[in-house]
Amino acid sequence: MADLTARDSFAGTAAASSASDDATMRRMRRRGGASRLGWLIPTLYILFLMLPIYWLVNMSFKTNAEILGPITFLPAEPTLRNYAVIFTDPSWYKGYINSIIYVVMNTVISVAVALPAAYAFSRYRFLGDKHLFFWLLTNRMAPPAVFALPFFQLYSAFGLIDTHIAVALAHCLFNVPLAVWILEGFMSGVPKEIDETAYIDGYSFPRFFVKIFMPLIASGIGVAAFFCFMFSWVELLIARTLTTTDAKPIAAIMTRTVSASGLDWGVLAAAGVLTIIPGALVIWFVRNYIAKGFALGRV
Amino acid sequence: MNKTWNNKAWFMVLPVLFLVAISAIIPLMTVVNYSVQDTFGNNEFFWAGAEWFEEMLTSDRFWAAMGRNLLFSGIVLLIEIPLGILIALNMPKSGWGVPVCLVLMALPLLIPWNVVGTIWQVFGRVDIGLLGYALREVGVDYNYVSDPFDAWVTVIVMDVWHWTSLVVLLCYAGLVSIPDAYYQAAKIDGASRWAVFRYIQLPKMNRVLLIAVLLRFMDSFMIYTEPFVVTGGGPGNSTTFLSIDLVKMAVGQFDIGPAAAMSIIYFLIILLLSWVFYTVMTNYDAASDGERRDG
Amino acid sequence: MDLSWMAWTLPTAIFFGTILLLLVSMAVWEYVSPGGNPRVGVLRFETTRGDRLFVSLLGSAFIHLAWLGLVGPNLWWALALSVVYAIGVFRFV
Repeated sequence: MADLTARDSFAGTAAASSASDDATMRRMRRRGGASRLGWLIPTLYILFLMLPIYWLVNMSFKTNAEILGPITFLPAEPTLRNYAVIFTDPSWYKGYINSIIYVVMNTVISVAVALPAAYAFSRYRFLGDKHLFFWLLTNRMAPPAVFALPFFQLYSAFGLIDTHIAVALAHCLFNVPLAVWILEGFMSGVPKEIDETAYIDGYSFPRFFVKIFMPLIASGIGVAAFFCFMFSWVELLIARTLTTTDAKPIAAIMTRTVSASGLDWGVLAAAGVLTIIPGALVIWFVRNYIAKGFALGRV
Repeated sequence: MNKTWNNKAWFMVLPVLFLVAISAIIPLMTVVNYSVQDTFGNNEFFWAGAEWFEEMLTSDRFWAAMGRNLLFSGIVLLIEIPLGILIALNMPKSGWGVPVCLVLMALPLLIPWNVVGTIWQVFGRVDIGLLGYALREVGVDYNYVSDPFDAWVTVIVMDVWHWTSLVVLLCYAGLVSIPDAYYQAAKIDGASRWAVFRYIQLPKMNRVLLIAVLLRFMDSFMIYTEPFVVTGGGPGNSTTFLSIDLVKMAVGQFDIGPAAAMSIIYFLIILLLSWVFYTVMTNYDAASDGERRDG
Repeated sequence: MDLSWMAWTLPTAIFFGTILLLLVSMAVWEYVSPGGNPRVGVLRFETTRGDRLFVSLLGSAFIHLAWLGLVGPNLWWALALSVVYAIGVFRFV
């Protein structure tokens, strides 16, 4: 309550004297009112984020002899051997293809089933809706370790072990609730009058949904797809449990090779770098919506 | 928003219900079934009753893992939330710096979790890693493989590295939604930096902060892959968190009964916490909706 | 389809059957008198009867666990305590 009155008094005085020092204001807005050295904090933070990644990239261009020798900050004899190993050996590059196949499948399934559900949650009240929504959320919070063993049994019973669809479906456990949550947030931002006008104009529900509603929440769909991609791409425990060879994700192949081939650090680093690239590309496409997306469409 | 009462909306939820029910309810039922039985493989099960639950609840191993996990979640939240707020407050609000910051900061979130582990495993090594090497050079006796304290520091710094950006992005989303008029008014009133934060920025971030705390707590409470890759739960059992212990038990030792009992206790705790957070969040929403209507 | 891997036993089947029955009867109750009878109880926020059922069930689970951990393996007392607790929840929360 105190916050509110303070806010109101601020807003009130602003309206009274709107013509004030523009330059100061712009500076304040830019920095959120921070001190002149404010830029230093994000810069240092980004530096901290980049250091381990720099080291990984650095290593991926070195020979194993150089990696194990004295520390060098740039590769003394840059080599592409590590990348060549990955791109010429099917057991390596197939891992990437497998990962991408099940991630894309999962993203498509999750968003497709979440769209109507999110619409229902954002527009209607129905029997048990709040409990249903909460139950969905608990699945996002459930530890994958709890589900790993029964998942293996379940998908064995259906003969789906080591297929892409098995991993895609298993990842729906946490991605569908997340997609519903995000999309519901974005959809609630669209005024209900738009639906009603469309129905009066004689649009059927499916036609309205595809032609009018989906373009309106296009950014929300993009963000939901981004998050499904992200969580399916980074998850390993379930993906590894459900696959043996044909659908094994790259992340699992990495761990196996580390223990088997006597630690080929260069190849390991190169494989790691290659797993970062798809993520970086995807972020670039959604960069303008990413902040709102992380707030699950609710700011 | 005023919603219409319409039970036909159930049909729109059915696909989601069906999909999540298969991957959530059937495995959960199976876990419950396992938790009251003993098995020696071959799908032969013997009734054990509540034995495994009793064993779990009185085992030091379980409570130790739980304690470590709570300590880990607590430390991680205490570092990541204030740090995330601080960084978000100092982020540029316009210009070329915004996309650059957002993309670079989001990068760690998109790295597969075991690769995060690998990155830090390599980075921290004294022989080939930059961090281990640098610490050695300045005279710190650092070795995460043999020293439990160093292992903890490494795992926590790794988590801060991995997840602080989530808090930053959430807070940033809350901050950019504040209309300029508020800042102008604060300027005119001569409000201090602290007052601006306390009465304008913090209330606007409340909601997203709640989401941030919820997500960070839950994810750190079920952390598995990253510490497993870096330390394998060691040295000794010093970084064996609940999930790591659970997988060790279920897959490593094939003690399905105790592992299932532990899963259920673990899950019940998560369920309780989710419910508390969710209730706080929805009631907070209802309260702020009320304020908006009144104002 | 082979379901032996799910390792069903009679007690767990009864347990899940009871939960299902509770959910169905709650749905019927809600259908007959919609709205969920919302009120503000001792927890000082609005709850519906669905919330009260959830609080009862979750609380019962923890009562059983606490009984196992602190008292002993005879769970019938824990069950009795849970029923008392559930009645309390439906009455006061």
